[in-house]
Amino acid sequence: MSVSVTATDESPDAQTARGRPSIVRRLSRRPTTLLIWLPLLLLAVCFAYPLLQMFRLSFTDFVGSTSGVFGNYLWFLGTDTQMTILRRTFAVAGWVTLMCLILGFPYAYLMTIVGPRMRLLMVGVVLLPFWSNLVVRTFAWVILLRDSGPVQSLLHAIGIDDLRLLGNTVGVTIGATQVLLPFLILPLYAALSGIDRSLLTAAHSLGARPAVAFVKVYLPLAVPGILAGTSIVFILTLGFYFTPALLGSPRNSLVAQQIVTQVSELLAFGRGSAIAFVVLIITFVVLGLVGLVTRRYRRSFETGLDL
Amino acid sequence: MSQHGVALEISGLTKRYGDVTALAGVDLSVAPGEFITFLGPSGSGKTTTLNAIAGFIEPDEGTIDLDGRSITGVPPWKRDIGVVFQNYSLFPHMKVSSNVAFPLRQRRVPKREMAKKVDEVLEIVGLSHLADRYPRQLSGGQQQRVALARALVFGPKLLLLDEPLGALDKRLREGLQLEIKRIHREVGVTFVFVTHDQDEALVMSDRIAVFNEGHLEQVATSQELYEHPETLFAAQFLGDSNVIHGTLESRGDRHALRVGDRAFEVMDPRGAAPGSEAAIMIRPEDLVVRPVDRESPVDHDGKTTPAEVTEVIYLGGRRRIVLSALGQEFIADEMSSVHDHKPGDSVVVTWSMGQARLVSTD
Repeated sequence: MSVSVTATDESPDAQTARGRPSIVRRLSRRPTTLLIWLPLLLLAVCFAYPLLQMFRLSFTDFVGSTSGVFGNYLWFLGTDTQMTILRRTFAVAGWVTLMCLILGFPYAYLMTIVGPRMRLLMVGVVLLPFWSNLVVRTFAWVILLRDSGPVQSLLHAIGIDDLRLLGNTVGVTIGATQVLLPFLILPLYAALSGIDRSLLTAAHSLGARPAVAFVKVYLPLAVPGILAGTSIVFILTLGFYFTPALLGSPRNSLVAQQIVTQVSELLAFGRGSAIAFVVLIITFVVLGLVGLVTRRYRRSFETGLDL
Repeated sequence: MSQHGVALEISGLTKRYGDVTALAGVDLSVAPGEFITFLGPSGSGKTTTLNAIAGFIEPDEGTIDLDGRSITGVPPWKRDIGVVFQNYSLFPHMKVSSNVAFPLRQRRVPKREMAKKVDEVLEIVGLSHLADRYPRQLSGGQQQRVALARALVFGPKLLLLDEPLGALDKRLREGLQLEIKRIHREVGVTFVFVTHDQDEALVMSDRIAVFNEGHLEQVATSQELYEHPETLFAAQFLGDSNVIHGTLESRGDRHALRVGDRAFEVMDPRGAAPGSEAAIMIRPEDLVVRPVDRESPVDHDGKTTPAEVTEVIYLGGRRRIVLSALGQEFIADEMSSVHDHKPGDSVVVTWSMGQARLVSTD
């Protein structure tokens, strides 16, 4: 038992000690990266400027008498109906994300183990909805889910009569899940396909049943991909307008519909902007948290993926 | 940590993938505690055999017995066989200590005992100081030692190593070869080592099983295999060799290989029928190259042939002389330079009859 070994292997630490140049230096170094300035300019004019305008309006444009520069924000955060709408929006976003994960994970996983032809077919099926217009797709759901529609007939046949699928958050969740599923499947597939499946074989040889090997080895490695996919879906649902407007009802409106109401019906630009900024800040917080978790998680075992 | 290995008994192992036969009836007995190497080119069936032993694939026919009990149909997670993979297959999200503890966790080993076993096995592979690192923070050689520790920690009776050193550079590989041998002696487990590297097989094994096209060519000790290969494939795969093809002739109890108008004597036809195609194999170090002169005329007996030197290569401790004779190329290795041969020299190549081995060519 008393055996000593001299570790002659080179240490990889020496390589990681080298510093990396900053992103700005790298961008300006190569002439080809000048190409990035055009889209940056476009973003500045068409996105950053209007955003700044909105920011200004949220502090300057008021309905009736003002209660200080934060009037619009105080109105939004202090009105019960508005808070109900915000909470509902988050609840729907949470449900949509969960449904997308439940449907999307097995699908993305399957994509990593089938042959190349089948995989191509599966990618095609995921992208299929993109080839038809969102309006058409949403109206298709209206037809499917309405009270005399095929889904209700089916539910009636198995004895469920009192479940309303249209004009409430159920319909919105179903519609949004279908629309947003590709946004979960594609990044998740990209992440899962990078996981070495031979690790599962190794786990089996070490005494782990397939279910245990999956939970203890595969799933932890899939966490960054799951976080990436779910955060995209969650954030997209927060800003969803069209699908909730058609499949939901004004009584069950989400935050995006409320912004439309404020801006185009009541011409309350300041209030609309304030709502938009609250949602934007919440989005940033969510993104920041996910990024932090992913980074900490990745740093421990992955190499060279972060900038 | 010391434990006893088990006997491994493989018989009639067959595996087909569509029209391709990966294994065509492999029979093999491995003694308890033995270090056996599966040697062969890629696609020869050595890894398929290993995967069948590990339970990763189900053979179409044949049986595998471990310690006298059939393990056919037993899933890999119940076989208690350690496996070391070429790409290490360490779990990247677990520290070294957790990687090594993984098989113990699956077996619900109590915490204290688990910590003790992990420490022990990490000491054996010399990595105690790196227990808190993640695999990516280790070099290839260190990672492979972690893999070795992980495959040994739960006390398997049989350890399978699938080209474990294939991804490492030469110097590191040689160091780890000796270390794996030492660990084998220390733990006493039966080792099955797969490689396509003949030098590695010679260094490490008690016995070598030479695979070719889904069957076993020969199973023997390194020395036996080198000095008495039974087939042309085994002779050529292990070490350098000079091969002369011909037809077997027998006159009474004397046997010879007929090549054109020449006949080379062979000692033992080993059951080969007269008239059958065969070959003799002579190792480069068994060939003696002499200049042509009056004292040593070309006697055209059964173990001499005239030749011409085409090249002389200096290889440090020895010189390799490339020769042209009988319309083919020969190589001879000389340890000391008694004669100074130059390209273009006419020489006589001689060997002793015992060193010309008859090998089957099918």
